Amino acid sequence: MAFYRPAPYQKPLAGILLLALLALPTVLTAFGQEFYIGFATRVLIFALAASSLNLVLGFGGMFSLGHAAFFGAGAYAAAICLNSGISEALFALPLSMLAAGLFALMVGAVSLRTRGVYFIMITLAFAQMAYYLFVSARSWGGDDGLPLPARMTLGGLPLAGDAALFYTALGCLGLVIVLLGRLAEARFGRVIQAIRENETRMEALGYPVFRYRLLCFALGGALAGLAGALLANLSGLASPNLLQWTQSGTLLVMLIIGGVGYLYGGVVGAVVLLGLEEVLAGFTLHWHIGLGLLLLGVVLFAPKGVAALFGKRHD
Amino acid sequence: MTEPLLDVRQLSRRFAAVDALKTLNFSVEAGEVHALIGPNGAGKTTFIHHVSGALQPDSGSIHFAGRDVTRRSMHQRVAAGMARSYQITNVFRGLSALDNVALAVQGRADSGSSFRFWRPVRCETALFDEARGYLAQVGLADQVETVAGNLSHGEQRALELAMALATRPKLLLLDEPMAGTGPEESARMVELIEQLARHVTILLVEHDMAAVFRLADRISVLVNGQLICTGTPEAVRQNADVRRAYLGDHL
Ligand SMILES: Nc1ncnc2c1ncn2[C@@H]1O[C@H](COP(=O)(O)OP(=O)(O)O)[C@@H](O)[C@H]1O
Ligand SMILES: [Mg+2]
Repeated sequence: MAFYRPAPYQKPLAGILLLALLALPTVLTAFGQEFYIGFATRVLIFALAASSLNLVLGFGGMFSLGHAAFFGAGAYAAAICLNSGISEALFALPLSMLAAGLFALMVGAVSLRTRGVYFIMITLAFAQMAYYLFVSARSWGGDDGLPLPARMTLGGLPLAGDAALFYTALGCLGLVIVLLGRLAEARFGRVIQAIRENETRMEALGYPVFRYRLLCFALGGALAGLAGALLANLSGLASPNLLQWTQSGTLLVMLIIGGVGYLYGGVVGAVVLLGLEEVLAGFTLHWHIGLGLLLLGVVLFAPKGVAALFGKRHD
Repeated sequence: MTEPLLDVRQLSRRFAAVDALKTLNFSVEAGEVHALIGPNGAGKTTFIHHVSGALQPDSGSIHFAGRDVTRRSMHQRVAAGMARSYQITNVFRGLSALDNVALAVQGRADSGSSFRFWRPVRCETALFDEARGYLAQVGLADQVETVAGNLSHGEQRALELAMALATRPKLLLLDEPMAGTGPEESARMVELIEQLARHVTILLVEHDMAAVFRLADRISVLVNGQLICTGTPEAVRQNADVRRAYLGDHL
């Protein structure tokens, strides 16, 4: 894989997309389709989660099959915050990120000592352990999950309305995309991409490789936690299913469809996968077949992901 | 007498069925070019791996610049002033020559922390200015923007050397820097190493005997994981064991 470089027309394209998204709730309301604001919020949140995986896998080259554990941890952290009276998003969201990030730091500190298949299996094992932990935690609702008493407030204003939560998710996703874009071209991003390409060579240039990978892994976990916290607000529940390995699989599929290592890979993948699911599920119960065909199509015609069709990542 | 820059004591390493290194005692004095020669499979690359920290010995110790670095990781040894090049060219093929060397400069502690997340690297002109200097030093001033994968084999060897220099080493470990290069490129590499040797201590593994005898202050001969002789080029040339084991067909 090559090192990240923004495509020349990436910024104007993102600007147009942002304007369209800003107008979306108003437009949907005008046409009486408010239901889709919630759906669009879901897409934004999964775009954020897939983008956090992109930091770990796309830029850091770490094939984690346990990423959903941090997604779920963020959801639970948000639910616990709200249940214990911390309802201000400006506190609760950073706290959720911190919880998920620290969890990722612990998982990473152990699993990053392994490589290849072992790394995949050990991240999977940690995620499943966390899943069973939450399933058996009675005080957090066991396998029913932990309901939220209400949504968070942002700067004192309640996020009860669908549009308010939509804009909050959009703001978070926008910030994260900007951060990832900057990071990828800054010193840290160059180092983790170089480690992805050849970690021994980086050791031999004097880089403490483990530390860089660990921080990258933990940052990805924290961002996944942010997505999880937002999702808990949207669905009113932190469910143990969010930590399931199938959820990690979903994020991986999104990222692979969208384009691993492309700044907008996670966003494109979330839009395509969730959009397709929504459309196909309206026609047939067997929408998974359509999904299978899509995956086949991506592998055959856009092996680097849909985002790759729009531009090269490098000169 | 001053302490040697690199002091390897009683170093042993066994792979499954092979005794790759057998209780080696070996030292490199500050300022010298010390060549390590020996037939294929003698254990030269394995030795370099142990000195650089890529592999851990079964027993024995490695002292560098007055400190025991036996248990130090590779990146710590680099920070202490040890740099290596690889027998098989090992550069970032997707990056330009300049970016490769800038990455090496960036890795040095005195060029600042790399836990920076916002400012694009390309704005850090100091990194690239310094990197250009190393590229010029190895004769790649005209290839600064060329993607490393498109450089000729000899140019990639030179690039690798520039990356090692960018870590500002006290000791350069060069594993067959002339391997696979043509006669012209070899000659240029010999000249380059000769220049570098004025400022930095070099441990040179090389098969090209003309180059070795021209560059080396001392030569050690490794055969089947055992050092059979260390001495001046003249002494090694005269040594009967060396002639029998190795040099016979080279001289
Ligand atoms: N990782 C390894 N596992 C097993 N045997 C190895 C390994 N690395 C090297 N060897 C063996 O050690 C010996 C020395 O190899 P090497 O250091 O590459 O020799 P040289 O560089 O002198 O040609 C060879 O017999 C080789 O097969
Ligand atoms: Mg060798």
